[in-house]
Formats: sequence, C-alpha cells, structure tokens
Amino acid sequence: MSNRRFLNLSRRQVVRGLLATTAFGLTAKLGTGCSPSGSGGSSTDSTAEGAKPADGEPLTIGFIYVGPKDDYGYNQAHAEGAKGTAAKFSWVKLVEEANVPETTAVAESMRSMIDIDGAKVLFPTSFGYFDPHILKLAEEFPDVQFFHAGGLYEEGKTPKNVGSYFGYIDEAQYVAGVVAALTSKSGKLGFVGAKPIPQVLRNVNSYALGARSVRPDATTQVVFTGNWAEPIKEAEAANSMADQGIDVITCHVDSPKVVMETAEKRGIYCTGYHADQVALAPEGYLTGAEWDWTNIYSKIAEEVHSGKSLQDGTIEHILRGGLKDGFCKLSAYGPAVSEDTKKAAEAAKAGLIDGSLVIYTGEVKDNKGGVVVKAGESLPQKEPKLEGMNYLVEGVLGSVGG
Amino acid sequence: MAAEAVQAIGWWGVPLAIIAGTMRGGTPFLFVSLGECLTEKSGKINLGLEGTLLTGAMAAYGTSYLTGSPWLGVLAAGVAGALLGCIHGWLSQQLRVNDVAVGIAMIIFGSGVAFFFGKPFIQPKATQLPTIDLGGWSDTPAIQAALQISPLFLIGLAIAPLMAWFFKSTRWGLFIRAVGDSPEAARAMGVSIFKVRMLSVVAGSFLAGIGGAALSLYYPGLWTERISSGQGLMAVALVIFARWNPIACLWASLLFGGAQAIGPALQSIGIEDGYYLFNAAPYVLTLVIMILTCSPKRTLSGVPGALGTDT
Repeated sequence: MSNRRFLNLSRRQVVRGLLATTAFGLTAKLGTGCSPSGSGGSSTDSTAEGAKPADGEPLTIGFIYVGPKDDYGYNQAHAEGAKGTAAKFSWVKLVEEANVPETTAVAESMRSMIDIDGAKVLFPTSFGYFDPHILKLAEEFPDVQFFHAGGLYEEGKTPKNVGSYFGYIDEAQYVAGVVAALTSKSGKLGFVGAKPIPQVLRNVNSYALGARSVRPDATTQVVFTGNWAEPIKEAEAANSMADQGIDVITCHVDSPKVVMETAEKRGIYCTGYHADQVALAPEGYLTGAEWDWTNIYSKIAEEVHSGKSLQDGTIEHILRGGLKDGFCKLSAYGPAVSEDTKKAAEAAKAGLIDGSLVIYTGEVKDNKGGVVVKAGESLPQKEPKLEGMNYLVEGVLGSVGG
Repeated sequence: MAAEAVQAIGWWGVPLAIIAGTMRGGTPFLFVSLGECLTEKSGKINLGLEGTLLTGAMAAYGTSYLTGSPWLGVLAAGVAGALLGCIHGWLSQQLRVNDVAVGIAMIIFGSGVAFFFGKPFIQPKATQLPTIDLGGWSDTPAIQAALQISPLFLIGLAIAPLMAWFFKSTRWGLFIRAVGDSPEAARAMGVSIFKVRMLSVVAGSFLAGIGGAALSLYYPGLWTERISSGQGLMAVALVIFARWNPIACLWASLLFGGAQAIGPALQSIGIEDGYYLFNAAPYVLTLVIMILTCSPKRTLSGVPGALGTDT
C-alpha cells in the first residue's frame, strides 16, 4: 500500500502539488525579476582573475532599485551610476537587484546580498526602504555600511553604519527653468508632479524661480498625478496642459518617458528629469536636470576601499551637494535653444556653482501672497527649512493641499 | 514646433479632455470588458485579464519594435493573450479548482511573463499604430489632438454591437448562453461545456490582449511595467456594471476612460482643491457602482446562472 498511498495523498494530488509549487516558484521568480548579476561581466571577471595586488581587497557593493533599471528615470540614473562605478574600478564587484518593492522583500534582498554575495556596502536606493528595513538590517549587520538616498539620518538615533546622500537637483531645475522661460513663446510652463511632498515642491519652486528670474511674467502650472508611476494620468496631464497653451513641460515622476513623448507628439518643448531623455524627444528637448551618481558612487566606493567608514566617522553621515559637488548636471542643450538662452543658462549655472547665486533669496512670496523668505534673507541649499518645504512660490499655478 | 498656433482654450479644455479621454483611455477598457463579457457569459470568471493586458501590451510593443509593423504587434498581443487564456480555460475547469483563485494566480503569472520578456523593450521606441485624424477641420491644435482616433477604438466600437447580435441571434451565441446559464441544459443539448468555455475564455483573452496593444501602441503609447495600473481589474467590475451586455460595456468603458481624464484636466485649468479625489475618480466610480448594483436580497439581472460555479 505504501507505494500507492502516501499520507493519504493520491499520486495525482502529489503530481498536482508538485506542479503547482513549480509554477508558483516560477512566477514568483519572474515576478520579482531579480537579477543579482555581477553586472558588467568584465568587472567581475577581472576580480575573479585574482585582481592586481596593488588594488587590494575586492569590494562587493550591492544596489537595490525599486523599479526597472532602464526606465529613463530615477532607477536608471542610479543604475548608470552603479555601472559607471564598476567600470571605473576593477576591484568593485557589483551585485544588483531591480524591482524590489518597499516591503520586507527589500530586507530579504539586503540579507542575501550580505550573506550570500558578501556585500560590504549597500545602496538601497528607494526612499521607502529606509524605515524600517534598512534601520533593522543595519543593527543586525553592524560591519556593513548602508548608504541611502534621501534618508533622514539623525545623530545618535540612527545606527552608526547608516549614511544618507542626496543631491540638490533643484539647482539644475533652476537652470532648466531659465532655458524653458526663454524658449517658451507663451510664457506658460507646465510641471507634472507626482505628489506634493517637499522634494517635488522644491523642484517646482526652483523651476518657477529660474523661469521668473529671466521672465517675470512666466507662470508654471503644476499638475499632481497622485502617484509615482501613473502613465495614463501623466499623458492626460501633458495633453491638458498643451491644450491650455503651455508650451514647455517638465516633470517629477519616476519615469519621465510618457511626459516627454507626449510633449513631442503635441509639438511642444520639454525639459527632462532624472536622466538624459533627448532620445525620447529629439526636436523638443531643451535640456534636463540629471543626476550624476557615477561621480558620487565612485567617490564613496573609493573612500570605503581606502579603509574609511561610516562607523568611525571618517565618511560623513549626511552627504549633500548640488551642481558644484557633482551630484547633478544638465543635459546637453537641444536644437531649439538659442545662443542667447544658452548664455543666460550658463551664467545661472556659474552663479550657482560659485555660490554668488542663491535660489531662495528674499523676498520670495508663496502663491497665496504670504512671504516665505523675508527680504534680505537668503537660504543656502543646506538650510533645513528648505527640506520641509510646503508651499508653492508666486508664479506657480496650483495648490499643495489635496 | 507649432507653438505659435497654440491658443489657450480655457474651460473648454475640461470637456475636451474628457471626450478625448473617453476615446483614448476607453479603448483598453472596451476590449478587456468585451473579452470578460464573453468569458463570463459562458459561466467562467477570468480575473487574470490584468495579467493578460500586461502581456498583450508587452507582446504588441515588442513585436512592433522588432518587425516594424504595429498591426503585427496587435496580432501578437491577441495571440499572447489567447495563450494565457488557454492556461486559464483549462486550469479553471478542472474539478475542485476555483476560477477566482486561478484568475489571481494568472494576474501574477501574466505580469511576471510580461516583465520578464519586456525587459529589453522598455527603452526602445516601437512603431505606433497610425491614427485617423478627424480634427482636420479645426485650426485649434487641441481639438486636432483630441480627435486623433485610433483604428482600434473603431474596431472595438464595431465589436460591441456585433457581440450583442452574436449572443442574441446565432447558434453559437445560444450555446455560450446555455453553458453559462444552465450547464445541465447545455449538456442535454449535446454541447460540450468544456469546449464552449475553453473557446470563450480564449477568445475573451484574445480581446483583452488587444486591449493591451491599445495601451502600448496607441495611448499612452509605450511599454513600462506599470502601464496597466489596475485597468484589467476595473474592467472586470465594469462588466458587472454593464450587466453582461456588450452594448452597455461600450458605454461603461467610455465613462471610465473619461473619468481618468478628469483629475489632470481640472488641475490644468486651475481647479486645485481635491485633486486626490478627482484622480481617484475611476476607482471611486467602481466602488459607487458596486454599491449601487449589489444587494443581498436580489440577484443581479442578467447574471449568467452558472457564473463561477463548479459545474
């Protein structure tokens, strides 16, 4: 009997169960699309060859992205940074995983990167990974260094091995605003935002201030879609703005692809965000605010490799910077940008880099008439007040409240 | 750059966006809901259409990119959808298998397949479906853009009455209704329940796959992993709202398509308060419809008698 009946399960049930488990396993595997590839096979190979002794120990760095690595947006910017870093140093061994949701899934990804791949440095790049997942893992693995984009590091409270880095990309948005206002015919600019949170509002405001610095009557219409990836609403927003006579559009959503393509289809201009999107809108693309993570990541990798660490304080826990520090850059100017406009943009950029131009210099009013930066006051980029921005400046059409 | 010709159209932007939205955004809803209508008429529920939609969108985009022919892409989307339909149709008809549970598994499976094979197609630009421009009479670019109608929309428009006629007046339509309403009667008639349901599920998934093609090759016209944003599931609710009537599916799809355009359009003319509510309009509409149409006391009129049962 025992060969016919096992725990009262018929052969069919066992076969079915096995099939179902396999199918589930396959879909789960496919669903997360995990690809802990030693990306840039060359880099992995070179470390495998035993590397040059002069380079010292190989360093395994793990990157985790919330979306696909080639979304023309936030994740692509980080993935390019990771790739660039691995290409720069032969001792870097890269471990990557894309499409990791902001749930316990990311904790598992980090754990396997540490336990199985031996990662010593982790870059979980999405905002929502920080609390509680990174904080928990950081306590569990005190010798691994966690660098998080935009995380809220608090001295004494956050574990010592957690660092936070982020760029003042609104400086690049300010310059893009200058280009947009000088190229626009109607003087009406459009901004597709995801949610009215401080980072987005700061980009909107800097864009509008940049525009108004060269064209005081310029307006920036903002439309919030409510979430980071809403392709249809983003397309509707871009179309509606084009209907309203807006002729330059930019955005702050996870993947600017839809907005750029819709703008190009409607025959209006656009300025990019996150990564270079000129391929999506070859005619209408003016310029764009891009991250330059290769620069930052290779700096951090070098420091860690040379023996510095977050734990002993030789690497700063809070890394911030703008155009000057190479956190962000501008895309090359598109064909529609005139020489005069380029000059004005370069002047603004130079001002931001040498510090003579401060974006939030009083008097700045919000779009309800209240004063947010007093006359004579000037808020440098590091000012904590700016990180809690909850207003839209004069010239922005829209509202923060939902 | 037609920037000189751009004129602000102010308030008219809202009705225009809603009308354009019904045609642009309603097309995928239309195909998915017609597909689901066909499936449910035969007595099976296919919740997996969300996954089918994604797979269809990916297959269409990929094929159009690789071959340069968007129509081949539409066909590929349908075939990819039909393949998923085969799995669902077979699996959900096994004994003691619940079709809702299979449907949920198929959502995960379909999206997994789409993400896996869709990786290389996120970046490249595929050839889009040609549009029929009905706005040539107007000088306003806004109206011209709004009246760029997809041939897929017109096809869907034609399928709806055709399907109603099919159910009502043809022998095959009768078989499907018989299997859905009273499988015993169908069996007595000598109709194979398995075959009819299988074909209905496959044909329904074929249509849903084409709905995916409308997303990736017409509007918004690209492939990303979040392109469907729950439209497949909403379409299932929409079929209930439409009481399993293909013509009503058409109106319901248009309504849902238009609802998606409300939020952004209102904001762009300066209605700033409550945009979260407006953005949620399609979902709120789904809920309201569910509440209005559901009652513990009476069964829905028009519901196929054997819907979702094991027989």
